[in-house]
Amino acid sequence: MLNEPKNYKENVKAFQPKIPYVRNCLKAFLFGGMICLIGQFIQTFYMHFFDYSRREAGDPTVATLILISALMTGFGVYDKIARFAGAGSIVPVTGFANSITSAAIEHRNEGVVLGIATNLFSLAGAVIVFGVVSAAILGIIRLFLEQVF
Amino acid sequence: MSRLRKQTWRYDHPIYLAATGTAVGPLEGQGPLARHFDKVYGSLDCGEKDWINAERTLMRRAISFCLAKAGKQEGDIDLFIAGDLIDQSETSNFIARENRIPFLDMFGACSASMETLATAAQMVDSGVADNVLCAVSSHNATAERQFRYPTEYGGPLIPTQTFTVTGAGAAVVTKDPGKVRVKEATIGRVIDWGIDDPNNLGTAMAPAAADTIWTHFQDTGRSPADYDMIVTGDLSSVGSPILKQLLSEKGLDISNVHYDSGLMLYSPEQPVNAGGSGCACSAVVTYGYLFKKLAEGSLRRILVVATGALLKNTTTKQKDTIPCIAHGVVLESAKEGKEGT
Amino acid sequence: MVFLYAFLVGGGICVIGQLLMDIFKLTPAHVVASFVVIGALLDVFDLYDGLIEFAGAGASVPITSFGHSLLHGAMSEGHEHGYLGIAIGVFKLTSAGITSAILFGFLVALFFRPKG
Repeated sequence: MLNEPKNYKENVKAFQPKIPYVRNCLKAFLFGGMICLIGQFIQTFYMHFFDYSRREAGDPTVATLILISALMTGFGVYDKIARFAGAGSIVPVTGFANSITSAAIEHRNEGVVLGIATNLFSLAGAVIVFGVVSAAILGIIRLFLEQVF
Repeated sequence: MSRLRKQTWRYDHPIYLAATGTAVGPLEGQGPLARHFDKVYGSLDCGEKDWINAERTLMRRAISFCLAKAGKQEGDIDLFIAGDLIDQSETSNFIARENRIPFLDMFGACSASMETLATAAQMVDSGVADNVLCAVSSHNATAERQFRYPTEYGGPLIPTQTFTVTGAGAAVVTKDPGKVRVKEATIGRVIDWGIDDPNNLGTAMAPAAADTIWTHFQDTGRSPADYDMIVTGDLSSVGSPILKQLLSEKGLDISNVHYDSGLMLYSPEQPVNAGGSGCACSAVVTYGYLFKKLAEGSLRRILVVATGALLKNTTTKQKDTIPCIAHGVVLESAKEGKEGT
Repeated sequence: MVFLYAFLVGGGICVIGQLLMDIFKLTPAHVVASFVVIGALLDVFDLYDGLIEFAGAGASVPITSFGHSLLHGAMSEGHEHGYLGIAIGVFKLTSAGITSAILFGFLVALFFRPKG
């Protein structure tokens, strides 16, 4: 019986479309892997032509990927790719850039200060907050342990 | 008006749809019903500088087509009743600022299409107005940015999610004899059976649609066989089978006559996930396609049940469940009446 | 060989994110926030550096590396200045990423309209 309000949420599960787990994972793997592969090419490029060490090449690599992602967001392409790529385009740093750029573009009509600037981190803020809070707490713990032992 | 039991209104006078007007966006213009719309915009921004203005343009155009076909000026209209999905019914209020017709705003989420029509017919029936203009609109991008993510954000595809229809529908309701008659309306109750997933509104709204349809048949004493079509608003491919199951458990089989606006509006290969949704979904299908079929007499009597999920984008984050509502309106072809059958 | 490993490891990390969304119904925001914390956690045990050594961009492009870099920067200053150094160093290694994201995001928003 589906006509039981209290059990509806549970009983209605039989009517829900199946999630194509394997296909979704495959797409995330291919797109995510591809973005990282492009990142590797960029990194290798910087190491070869600018004589950066591997660690030094990291910063310009990330910055280049962010620039590409921001431009693709501006041209309205990134969200189209993401419909297919799922987590493959959300997890890489390009997804972080997309969340910043898309929020800023969406509110540009509300002005440069109140629209673009205040909304820049409306989606990406969570990443920074959780990153900084966890890094600070874990850093204190690790420093404490290093001093004790 | 006479009331049948508690929830169904039967209008005493013959109430007619004098004319309707529709305007839609690009994706709707590529769907199977495209040729039934008055205006198809080739781009999502409808030539405007932002989404909000694009939605206003849609409603403005739908109204101007509607008034032109009805042969009326804005000054001939006694009352304007409108609704949309944006906070504070922005589109409706700002259009009412332009046309300066006495105005009532209605929020019923996606059920606003039939809520405004039922109220408009009642206003004409009771005599407080001779000509009432009702209109609703929704826009994919304004809904996206209000309820989900910025439009350029690369969110994942969720199979139960619906796609907000870009469009607007308007109708002039009057006592002057026309081709399509507004016969009855069944006003829905708010139903909440505990669904809390904002990406699964078809499942959340199906019990509300079932409640209104069941009540309608109880109140009128009719059966599904008395209708050529029972058209729901935006239950999508997820909610439609649930609705049929809910009703068949109670002994009501609507599977032969049930259609969903959100599925009629697009062809299966269009990228709209589970189907179309939004105020405009039921409005453009009713005022565009169904109105023509009723006017030419190929449909005799239909029940349009517009479904609405009355959530805010913050309520689901606060772990609240989704209240839903559905309003039904019975439309009949007047052609049949003239032939005396 | 690093190209192959970058593809495989980067893709693999994204698959974990996809499973979190599909099975546990997490929103993208929850996934990326969790990944940043996981990246920082892995760095506590110096595991993430090994992954970057092995897979290059496959480990440094996913957002997990953001958490790793935050903690890494915090620790390097922490070793010099004690607990205060953690506050000084958190953004040390990530500033290029954050600065370019803000700058490019801002500039793109100035010149582009949303396409829908």
